[in-house]
Amino acid sequence: MTNSEKLYNAFAEALNIDLNKINDNLVYQSIAQWDSISHMVLISQIEEAFNVSLETDDVIDMSSVGKAKEILSKYKIIF
Amino acid sequence: MKLLQGKTSIITGASKGLGKSIAQTFAMHGSDLILLSRNLQAISGLKTELESLYAVQCHIYETDVTDLNSLKNTFADLNKKKIVADVLVNNAGIMIDSTLMTVKPEMISNTYNTNVNGTIYCSQLALKNFIKKRKGSIINLSSIIGTNGSAGQSIYASSKAAIIGFTKALSKELAPLNIRVNAIAPGFIETDLTAGKDKAQLSIGMKRAGTPEDVAKVALFLASDLSDYVTGQVIGVDGGMII
Repeated sequence: MTNSEKLYNAFAEALNIDLNKINDNLVYQSIAQWDSISHMVLISQIEEAFNVSLETDDVIDMSSVGKAKEILSKYKIIF
Repeated sequence: MKLLQGKTSIITGASKGLGKSIAQTFAMHGSDLILLSRNLQAISGLKTELESLYAVQCHIYETDVTDLNSLKNTFADLNKKKIVADVLVNNAGIMIDSTLMTVKPEMISNTYNTNVNGTIYCSQLALKNFIKKRKGSIINLSSIIGTNGSAGQSIYASSKAAIIGFTKALSKELAPLNIRVNAIAPGFIETDLTAGKDKAQLSIGMKRAGTPEDVAKVALFLASDLSDYVTGQVIGVDGGMII
């Protein structure tokens, strides 16, 4: 599984939506399922999937799937 | 019956008073412990005592709850060692008596940094693992001074009132994730914090000061699965004290 697939799976599972609805342009709060509560679940899902511990600033900045890739690259996760 | 068998509990301010008593009570009920204190020597002695008496594992950290970096390092080390907590007791606190006219800015910042910011920082850091498990219990130490106020303690009272607001708001935020957040509001409890204070003026229905164990037993209830459906509550442990 590539890191992109891993990330998309984490989003789909955390937000409880179909995998085919996940793309880099999906933005925080653009769908009902990605609210502030599920954002917390998402962070824990991503941390578990990639075995990282995200800084608070990165948790706040994670405003889209694309942005999540950008942030994770700081943690040496290559997409 | 051991109420906390299989659980791991973080306790801040664990070296003495309420924190120490909560640590002893939790260990007696089978909980492994993560003890945080600025006084490593004191919690080192406590670790030895609890591990030998109750066959639990104690992890100790010299940590100041006002220092976010120190806390981050502590939680990072726990994560590295795969030590995952089920319970967080935000106990570390300070009390400074001073009428408002004599309050200095550093008294305000010291009190708020320890009592409020420390509680928020620890909750934020412990939360990630609670979310992963969809289970957790956060227990915040407020005070009857926070619920009712007391002359000469406006800064302490407001810091402990902030804990109540924090508890109630966070309980609503985390309830969908099965994470419980409650507060304990002790009355007059015999600890170092209250040493030298005049008890004669106090109006306590039960005619005695509380003990740290009185508070620890309520913390035990809130940490255990007995309180599975309890969240957003502020439980007074004050023997019917009127203030």
